[in-house]
Amino acid sequence: MAYEFIEGNEAIARAATRAGCDFFAGYPITPASSILHYMNRALPGAGGVVIQAEDEIASMGFCIGAAMAGRKVLTATSGPGISLYSENIGLAIMGEVPMVIVNIQRQGPATGSATKGAEGDVLFTRWVTSGGQPVIALSPATVEEAYDLTYQAFNFAEEYRCPVFLLASKEIGVTKETVDLDSVSLPDRIDRTPVPPGQERYLPHDFARPEDVPAFSAIGGEHVARFTTSTHDKRAYLTTDPAVIQEMIDHYHAKIENAADRIALFTEDRQPGADTLVVSYGVISRSASVAVRRARESGKKVSSLVLQTLYPVPEKAIRRAAETVRRVVVPEMNMGQYVLEVERLVPPGVEVVGVGKMNTTLLSPDEILKRGGLA
Amino acid sequence: MSESRYETYLNPAIGPLPFCPGCGHDSLVRNLDAALVRLGADPAKTVLVTDIGCIGLTCRHFITHAFHGLHGRSITYACGLKLARPDLNVIAIKGDGACGIGGTHLLNVARRNIGITLLVANNFNYGMTGGQHSVTTPTGGNTSDTPWGNVEAPMDLCATAAAAGAGWVYRATTFDDDLADVLVRAISSPGFAMVDVWELCTAYYQPQNQMKKRGLFELMDDLGCRRGLLVDKPRTEYTELYRQAAESGGPAIPKKPAIEPSHRHALKRQTGILVAGSAGQKIKSTATLLAEGGIFAGLQATQKDDYPITVKTGHSVAEIVLSPERIEYTGIEVPDYVIVVSEDGLRRISRQTASYPESCVVYADAALELPPTAARIRSLDLQSIRRKTGPLDLATAALAAFLAETGLYPVEAMAHAIETLRSPKLAEAGIRALNLGVTLVGKN
Repeated sequence: MAYEFIEGNEAIARAATRAGCDFFAGYPITPASSILHYMNRALPGAGGVVIQAEDEIASMGFCIGAAMAGRKVLTATSGPGISLYSENIGLAIMGEVPMVIVNIQRQGPATGSATKGAEGDVLFTRWVTSGGQPVIALSPATVEEAYDLTYQAFNFAEEYRCPVFLLASKEIGVTKETVDLDSVSLPDRIDRTPVPPGQERYLPHDFARPEDVPAFSAIGGEHVARFTTSTHDKRAYLTTDPAVIQEMIDHYHAKIENAADRIALFTEDRQPGADTLVVSYGVISRSASVAVRRARESGKKVSSLVLQTLYPVPEKAIRRAAETVRRVVVPEMNMGQYVLEVERLVPPGVEVVGVGKMNTTLLSPDEILKRGGLA
Repeated sequence: MSESRYETYLNPAIGPLPFCPGCGHDSLVRNLDAALVRLGADPAKTVLVTDIGCIGLTCRHFITHAFHGLHGRSITYACGLKLARPDLNVIAIKGDGACGIGGTHLLNVARRNIGITLLVANNFNYGMTGGQHSVTTPTGGNTSDTPWGNVEAPMDLCATAAAAGAGWVYRATTFDDDLADVLVRAISSPGFAMVDVWELCTAYYQPQNQMKKRGLFELMDDLGCRRGLLVDKPRTEYTELYRQAAESGGPAIPKKPAIEPSHRHALKRQTGILVAGSAGQKIKSTATLLAEGGIFAGLQATQKDDYPITVKTGHSVAEIVLSPERIEYTGIEVPDYVIVVSEDGLRRISRQTASYPESCVVYADAALELPPTAARIRSLDLQSIRRKTGPLDLATAALAAFLAETGLYPVEAMAHAIETLRSPKLAEAGIRALNLGVTLVGKN
């Protein structure tokens, strides 16, 4: 085995490069800034472009423009930056822009604790746009997963023509860990589907069934391409026809919601006869796995479900895991967000216990055991 | 410029231009069409970028690529397109309102000199939302939200762009006979070019201010806003400079040599170590070597750093976790070992020292006075070697002493990390400090 000792932000940049990312725009913000630095070393020499924008709004604007010109784009920020990204995230959904957005979460609200960790942007990520259309969000627990999931985020972005979030945190982005990235097995690289050769006309939002993902032709490519922020038809022309409007909205939902099973990444550790299930994600899943181990050592029967995909919610996996238990414990590095998703999925009569904390320190295994009723 | 195949770039299938009768936008759009015809622009290599405002309805009428985005952000999309495809002709068209909400983008595209063309349809108010005042509404101007007349001063867009470094700036009106020629020159300009086109909004600003063509010219005189070419200072365009810089080579992500475990360790369980010192003592990088030495000895490691944002001052504390197994929980609730090499470091951890249990061992510079704690204290006479190690490697010496005494893993593994992962010059100093550190515990 050959190891390296690197931080999550470096792993993210290297995964992006491996996925074929050739454009990065970002604005400095702790604890995401080093992604800008790594990308600035990785891309320009290889034909890529990196630019530090004047603000987060411009970061997104540059990325969306470049993506629609055919580039594979990445941007990275932290919670306060996502606030400024918000309007253009809606645009990226509207225009079906393939792009990856990294959020190295930090303690909020507002400026919060710039150098301290939290995972408080979970629901913010899901509901970041006016209109409430679905997004894809992946959450790594380790530096190695940050590498794996960044790469997969690009695949999902390309496959579904949509913004995909990597919801990491300070605890992963700027924590160094022992990794062997060469041993990480990655799926085949996916690129956006081009317009079939010989096709004369290009419809930027063409689909037969609502869940179909339109083929892509770049602005500056052989087909004249159109893009609009306004409610539009398949040609990207403004429309006021309610039937067409609903058809497009259904499409934005269906292409992601119908693919939920394919996008669902999770690891399950079930114990026969378990009466408690711990559902966790992100860096806190590491505290949770220690807590589960200790609970078992003390004779308790506990199952664990760790989610890498937060959105679309892996509903089937949560439902199945919660079927046979009496209690579900959801530890989070916020004041209780994903627990709301879990609550709506468990069978009636199953108790759901949220264990949240937001004081910039990790939820420890002991805290999960005590407050989760597992001690 | 080739002879154009097109008599017009307006798409008849989309229908007539949607503007109010007499609106200046209509004239601007027709002049843009004429300019594209004169240029013989390739529609497949031309993209019109608009944002919000009546003028944002423009791009859908053209047979070129079209990008219609959010209010005030057209410059950012245009720049993204140009950065991605420098060969494209990228023309952004926005209103005066968009110059307010997107003011910073105007400043920065001018400063960077990204080779897009910016046309501002400047009619002194927000037409689309009901005639409110904008950043260019003249003082005293009547709009739907300036009941006493505008008390704000208008922004001179050309002077603003010029001050930000724009290389080509022109002020025109939709009444100018040569507007199409001006647009040809702007679009042909390799760097950032802006045309501030003054015009009338026949729905709001014109009727509310009784301002017709003559009034527009009088306003120019009153405000001292001259027509014509105001800036002509060409400089190398951004994407060209970027290409040159990138081609001249640059740094890649430095790849450190891989660490292949080649030493043994004596660690039985996950162990938390704090290294506390000052800015300028290389606490972070020395702690990294402690972790990497551990990996050479077959351990897993994590590292988190804590330091003030003013990085050259105050404390620097590194948290290292070493474990014979995969590290799940990366927090250190109770440290097993604390190595303190400066007063700053001590001050930073002093909030916790009282709670350190007997199982914790604190290796501290003998010159430091530690607050009361149940932890065991091991004094290191760092001052005796300070002159030889220098400030940059004092922590290396302290960590060597710590390793030599605890035997968590062999000091040789950390030496291996220093020799393999540091530059030769730094490695030499590091090894010297390492050896000096080992002698500290030998003496006791």
